[in-house]
Amino acid sequence: MNELTATQRNDLRTVAAMIIPESDEYRVPGADDPAIQADMLRTLGRDTALVAKALDHLADLAGRPLAELDDAKRDAVAREFRANGGAAATTLVRVVLQCYYRDDRVLRSLGLDLRAPFPKGHVLPDGDWSLLDPVRARGGTLRRAP
Amino acid sequence: MNDPVDVLIIGAGASGAAVAWSLADTRMHILCLDQGGWMNPAEYPSTGRDWEAKFFGEWSSSPNIRGRPEDYPINDDNSPIKVVNFNAVGGSTVMYTAHWPRLHPSDFKVKTLDGVADDWPIDYDALTPFFEENDRMMGTSGLSGDPLSPLTHPPMPPQPLGLSSPIVAKAMNKLGWHWWPSDTTVATMDYEGRARCINLGHCTPACAQGAKSSTDITYWPHAIRAGVELKTHCRVREILTNEHGMASGVVYYDKDGIEQFQPAEVVIIACNGVGTPRLLLNSVSGKFPSGLANSSGLVGKNLMFHPYAQIYGYVKEPTDSNRAPPTCLWSKEWYDTDLSRGFVRGYGVQFVRGAGPVFEAVTAEQKGILPWGADHHRAFRKLNGHRIGFSAICEDLPEEHNRVTLDPVLKDSHGIPAPKIDYKISVNSRKMMDHALARGREVLEVAGATDICINAPIPWGGWHLLGTARMGTDPQRSVVNEWGRSHDVKNLFIVDGSIFVTSGGVNPTSTIQALALYIADQMKQRLANLFD
Repeated sequence: MNELTATQRNDLRTVAAMIIPESDEYRVPGADDPAIQADMLRTLGRDTALVAKALDHLADLAGRPLAELDDAKRDAVAREFRANGGAAATTLVRVVLQCYYRDDRVLRSLGLDLRAPFPKGHVLPDGDWSLLDPVRARGGTLRRAP
Repeated sequence: MNDPVDVLIIGAGASGAAVAWSLADTRMHILCLDQGGWMNPAEYPSTGRDWEAKFFGEWSSSPNIRGRPEDYPINDDNSPIKVVNFNAVGGSTVMYTAHWPRLHPSDFKVKTLDGVADDWPIDYDALTPFFEENDRMMGTSGLSGDPLSPLTHPPMPPQPLGLSSPIVAKAMNKLGWHWWPSDTTVATMDYEGRARCINLGHCTPACAQGAKSSTDITYWPHAIRAGVELKTHCRVREILTNEHGMASGVVYYDKDGIEQFQPAEVVIIACNGVGTPRLLLNSVSGKFPSGLANSSGLVGKNLMFHPYAQIYGYVKEPTDSNRAPPTCLWSKEWYDTDLSRGFVRGYGVQFVRGAGPVFEAVTAEQKGILPWGADHHRAFRKLNGHRIGFSAICEDLPEEHNRVTLDPVLKDSHGIPAPKIDYKISVNSRKMMDHALARGREVLEVAGATDICINAPIPWGGWHLLGTARMGTDPQRSVVNEWGRSHDVKNLFIVDGSIFVTSGGVNPTSTIQALALYIADQMKQRLANLFD
């Protein structure tokens, strides 16, 4: 299977928003944001089969498109799905999270750099080396071997 | 048929690279075959915006998840600890944390000191010059003077303490417990052509900067310049023997999948604790019906993993997150036997600095501390960039029922039977893990951490693959002798983690490479009568 069906894509969008909704307080989109959804679909790759399986499981639990359920029913379905969905559910959630937490708007809100680690890297404070003084003072000995 | 070589090395990882480099000064014709190829640092995960996601797929530490053409499948269904490795020039040094403790002198005398397992046939002093030589070649950083560790002389200064280490250090000081900056193979200054660490953070799945030492950028350039030949994408199927019971060479599949025979005067196996027994068990003949070098019946048995007891939590202060190498400090407070704890032997601890945002989100959600819905954002901001962790490397004692065999069904892409793992965590190891988790909780609580989470064992934590072709002086109780030569086949040597007699409570790569250099030195001293 190379891609999701239209029904599966709709349910992916719905469940993604359940996991991470939009927030005015933090000024971040939800995981159902079109750009984030497009990133998920574009990079699904080797996860496609398990994500499709997870979405089919969700559809079975819901009995109809997730978006058509009322909030209480949808939450119950989500709890059941996460508790018993196994590797497929874990994969689906991970795909949502890994695409969400590399979105520029989200990283900016978190105060993180919008770049790959290489080549700039990061600067690390040297720290207080006097913290070792008590360790040196306590000393100790290496266990002797015969 | 290929032209015969003097020495054939199977595997270009930690030990294969070291033994190749050391033997190069003999001017013998040395050939190394590796099933993987040269890695391209420009393609390492930290060069892209999707750097964290790759760790869950093509850069997973599990060969079963990663599934690169160079990997072979491993049936580890019957083990709570899954095997992780990497198959390429450099082997698993391409994909390791670069934490660099050594076995302690007492680790070589476990039977004498504590009445369990067996003593090694060599002692720490025999390896001392090779530890030193290896540290120079791999390029280590650290701080001399740790009162509870073997004295080391790292050529480079330690990593900065950063934000995370002082939080841990203050807690350990309050409790009166030992800690020390870890020796690592992360270059903290420009060293032998390697650029210094710039804190990419994502060290384990390969270092794009080249600051983390892996043998493709340390030993191999020297070995190749000295005349060693290295052929990549060559997967060895079996070792053949002649009418005298000596190894005559190997059958392998070349990069085009063509079956080849490579004759050799000496064969050295450097495939580590799963690959080595797999190869020996696949090398069956009329003279060796239960696998090569297996008259003791111990090939594949006594597998030791080091069960990891990991506990982590979240402090109010910011931590280093992904902005530094993952490991920073170690502790040897509980390394030696104290029977009042309820178990024999002990564990080393490595403290970890934190995690990147994707890894944090994924693991926190799985642990149930990062909710779905409206509270997700608040909870994530409390967790992200605030993690500190305590990981105990518990000494696994050798038990014959923990073993590597050949899977009757599973095969690799060349049709070679794959390894099967049967492994149980012992009662002693479980008690040790419980003790470590309790101590870790104390440290975290003193540090002010909340939302404490546990992984015991770390499921995908089977980095350390030890003991499956153990060394010893008794051919009935060991596979190789005290200088790495097979008891059964006089021109067959093993130089990797499979020859460990016991596992200690530390990351083993430093000791594996020191052993490889020691065995190479022993071979060089005995060239005139190597097969006697």
